[in-house]
Amino acid sequence: MRTISVQNADGNQIVINAFPIDEVGANERADYFTKRSVKKESKLSALYLALSMCDLTTLEGADTPGRVQQMCAKARFPVPPEMIEPFLKKKNWGPIPTVAAVCVYPSMVPHAVKALEGSGIGIASVSTAFPSGQAPLQVKIDDTLFAVENGATEIDMVINRGAFLSGDYQQVFDEIVAIKKACGDTHLKVILETGELGSYDRVRLASEIAMEAGGDFIKTSTGKVTPAATLPVTLVMLQAIADFHQRTGKKIGMKPAGGIRTSKQAIQYLCMVNETLGPEWLTPNLFRFGASALVNDLLKQIFKEATGHYYYDKVFSID
Amino acid sequence: MQDHQNKIINFEYAPSIESIDIVNIQPKNKLFIDGKFVEPTSKKYFASINPATGETLAQIADANAKDVDLAVKAARKAYTKTWSKLSGKERGRYLFRIARMIQERARELAVLETLDNGKPIKESRDIDIPLVAAHFFYYAGWADKLDYAVPGKEIKSLGVVGQIIPWNFPLLMAAWKIAPALACGNTVVLKPAETTSLSCLLLAQIFQDAGLPDGVVNIVTGAGETGAAIVNHPDINKIAFTGSTDVGRIIQKAVAHTDKKLTLELGGKSAHIIYEDAAIEQAVEGVINGIYFNQGHVCCAGSRLLLEESIAEMFVGKLKSRMEKLRVGNPLDKNTDIGAINSAGEYGKIKKLIESGIAEGGEYFEPSIQIPTKGYFQKPCFFNKVSSAFSLSRVEVFGPVLTISTFRTAQEAIMKANDTQYGLAAGVWSEKGSKIHKTAAALKAGVIWANTYNKFDPSSPFGGFNESGFGREGGRHGLFPYLSIK
Amino acid sequence: MSELIKISKTIKLFIGGEFPRTESGRSHPVYLSKSKNLYAYLCKASRKDLRNAVTAAQEAQKGWASRSAYNRTQILYRMAEMTEGKREEFIEVLTKTVGYTKIAANKAVDEAVDAFVYYAGFADKYQQLIGSVNPVSGPHHNFTSSEPVGVVALICNSKFNLGNMVAQISAIIASGNSVVVIMADDGAATLAPLSEVFATSDLPKGVVNLLTGDLNELYSHLGTHMEINSLSYQGTNKKLLGELKEMAAGNMKRVVTPVNEPLSLDHLVSYVEYKTVWHPIGN
Repeated sequence: MRTISVQNADGNQIVINAFPIDEVGANERADYFTKRSVKKESKLSALYLALSMCDLTTLEGADTPGRVQQMCAKARFPVPPEMIEPFLKKKNWGPIPTVAAVCVYPSMVPHAVKALEGSGIGIASVSTAFPSGQAPLQVKIDDTLFAVENGATEIDMVINRGAFLSGDYQQVFDEIVAIKKACGDTHLKVILETGELGSYDRVRLASEIAMEAGGDFIKTSTGKVTPAATLPVTLVMLQAIADFHQRTGKKIGMKPAGGIRTSKQAIQYLCMVNETLGPEWLTPNLFRFGASALVNDLLKQIFKEATGHYYYDKVFSID
Repeated sequence: MQDHQNKIINFEYAPSIESIDIVNIQPKNKLFIDGKFVEPTSKKYFASINPATGETLAQIADANAKDVDLAVKAARKAYTKTWSKLSGKERGRYLFRIARMIQERARELAVLETLDNGKPIKESRDIDIPLVAAHFFYYAGWADKLDYAVPGKEIKSLGVVGQIIPWNFPLLMAAWKIAPALACGNTVVLKPAETTSLSCLLLAQIFQDAGLPDGVVNIVTGAGETGAAIVNHPDINKIAFTGSTDVGRIIQKAVAHTDKKLTLELGGKSAHIIYEDAAIEQAVEGVINGIYFNQGHVCCAGSRLLLEESIAEMFVGKLKSRMEKLRVGNPLDKNTDIGAINSAGEYGKIKKLIESGIAEGGEYFEPSIQIPTKGYFQKPCFFNKVSSAFSLSRVEVFGPVLTISTFRTAQEAIMKANDTQYGLAAGVWSEKGSKIHKTAAALKAGVIWANTYNKFDPSSPFGGFNESGFGREGGRHGLFPYLSIK
Repeated sequence: MSELIKISKTIKLFIGGEFPRTESGRSHPVYLSKSKNLYAYLCKASRKDLRNAVTAAQEAQKGWASRSAYNRTQILYRMAEMTEGKREEFIEVLTKTVGYTKIAANKAVDEAVDAFVYYAGFADKYQQLIGSVNPVSGPHHNFTSSEPVGVVALICNSKFNLGNMVAQISAIIASGNSVVVIMADDGAATLAPLSEVFATSDLPKGVVNLLTGDLNELYSHLGTHMEINSLSYQGTNKKLLGELKEMAAGNMKRVVTPVNEPLSLDHLVSYVEYKTVWHPIGN
């Protein structure tokens, strides 16, 4: 058991324990979920659910108000209703859900707010000098405050990996606490950037720190580092969430991000959540996919289930 | 954050049933002797049951001593006339060809195995059948390299080998037995268990298709009497048996006054030690895989869980919640984790042992999951806080029943783990390397799984200490029982 | 006075490093070969002596096995040295009781020394010849190593051959087993110098135990004793071997039948078990 201690704002010692993780065993267990067979009505409900959990994302240096607007339109209407509704009605299926949120840079938040007005779709903003996190704390706080003040409903921060890897867990903890404070009521997702941590042991430790420091969600990746989300790394984080829940009664959410492109993959994640944390975590309030390409694949599969035909990508808008 | 459709979506896995169209089960299944399927001389047949439904799958020929004699004669003829005259390279070619044909018919074999045995399709598809092919591949390559296996020695095949295998891994056990025997130049008379003959008979068809010379492998189906006829046949040079220790003892006595070579792979009551510094989540999974894999019908099942007292309560809690997620049901459903108990007899035996555990005062736990009402299904379960004096701590259950007790020090863990007349396998979990080595060295068992459990590979020797039998199967060591070394 | 009256010795048993008389108080005489003159009395070991010997062997085995291979090598070599030092005593027993010529007796002692030296040199090498690292498909390190089988009972009832018997004992103990030996009748008197070799070679007490007695009385207790892990029958009586095999089934004793080459890897390997260990390779 890895044990560290940090001081909270009141000067109290907080002891953080992290179970060691056997990499091979974790990979094996994760592989097990790729063998689950989800068919027929189960598959449809899984596809609907996965779509409702997507954070439709654009995080490019080349992002413009126009690009964000187009993506937000897609978030509102993933597919033109007239294309699918006759089929859905025939099968007595409900309308296709919207995505949970869009995810953009702070500077794009005002544009997203405008485009999504009245839709009920969340606006997540990355912050804290995303993706590297290599900026002074005050800059990170200001980054966050800007996003919150402009209407972001969720903040996706990055942890200070430099501090984490050099063993300065206090710094990592303090930064999360500071950003949580800047967030106020806005939900905070803490990105661990697992691809830079080097081992599942560290993923587990970083998860514990993020949860103890007040993160509402823990998130695998920025999407800018390979590997991004994988099943086993997500499993390690889900198990940390389960233990934290057992210990504190608090339900922390989970967001794998990056690398999840197909419905098949998404369903494997859902099976893993279902069998690790239970069905009460199968809600956008507690589970999200950070993805962009996934949305179209989910739609394609829903169309297939509804109509019985395979569809090709051109049917769906590229945004 | 918006409250997104804050309702729990019903995310049940709909049944996902493997199609059985791929298998073609004959209503009457004959013996495989001298390359042909032949009627038993008795004309008697017995029923093979699908344990998941209780329905009869097929009729199986009941071989008597006369049939066994015919099989041995065919094997002897094949040995002297053809098989022993082939070069290692040629024998290897046949085995490679068989291995490939097993791969080509993998799905069919998996479905048949699941129907006849009751094991989940997930396991027959992903574990049993791939390992069957792997075993033939592995030993195929040895056939022309035996001189390297025992350098500086004169080696010879033994002759006709009698092999008797159990019902828990029907085809895999057949592969474990047949592949090394043929690679070493012997011919075979094999008897599958009476409840699981079908996959071995399909393997016989593959032998035919592969052009394996007549009589090199003969398959005689039947129960104990058929087995006894093999054991007592004077023209058999070696007996290889996998099964219960009780039957193993009978066989050891039966061949005592003969020159027959003997290897026995028998029962177990394997300990599974979890130290407090283990990778806990993976250890929980290891325990689940250790005892509930294949319904617990595993000779090396980790049936005695020994927990370091400091983590016992937490670990048991995690085990319980993990068990709530196990899916017991139709073995053909791809999402089934635990299938059907192989036969009414085994089912009754397991139930009785559970009752004895309750009577002895163990804390019984079974998850609140649903199991089918038809067929032979048993919930995975455990008894916590058992004493090593309980009969449940000593007797092999051969079912999904775990006992749990605690220890305080490594010395105590090792002592308790070794407190058994068996010695097949053991598991140990710790992230501390030196402790793993110390414990692995001190455990009296032939296979030690450290930070893993129930892993199998054709290159890895398998077999027990003490009353778990003698001889090794798998790897280079698995050749020795099939060779005369001078 | 013409000649001092010689004191004829009583050859005692060798159990747990001690030299007890049989608890049964029975003995049988050994005569000078080719005459009816008494050479010495030998103990006729009882079932209880046998039990004590097995207990001693069982208690000694773990400690002996946990010695380093190098240490076992040193001790086996010491036995060779001690045997050389007792050459005259061996020759006396062999010529007087077994009927060897002096030349044959000298040769027998040479063979005994050779056997000790051979296995001294093997105790720290055979592991490398019989172990393996196995190429399993998957992220696991998998290796097979050997361990001593435990307590071995050795029955030498073929025609006595000192070098052969020393080879049997050395092959058994080289890998860390302990042994209870029932000496062949015709060479039983060699127990005297041989036990002194074991007693003075830094061999832990109980690793080798030597009994003399009536095999007909003892073999069924050997065959059924649950603390014995392996039964080595180095004789020619097929019926007896069959009976021993039958009894061995009680606790699945490994039965070792007469070996082809006393000095060989195969011989040593008849007394080991293989253990295969799996461990994941990860981060």
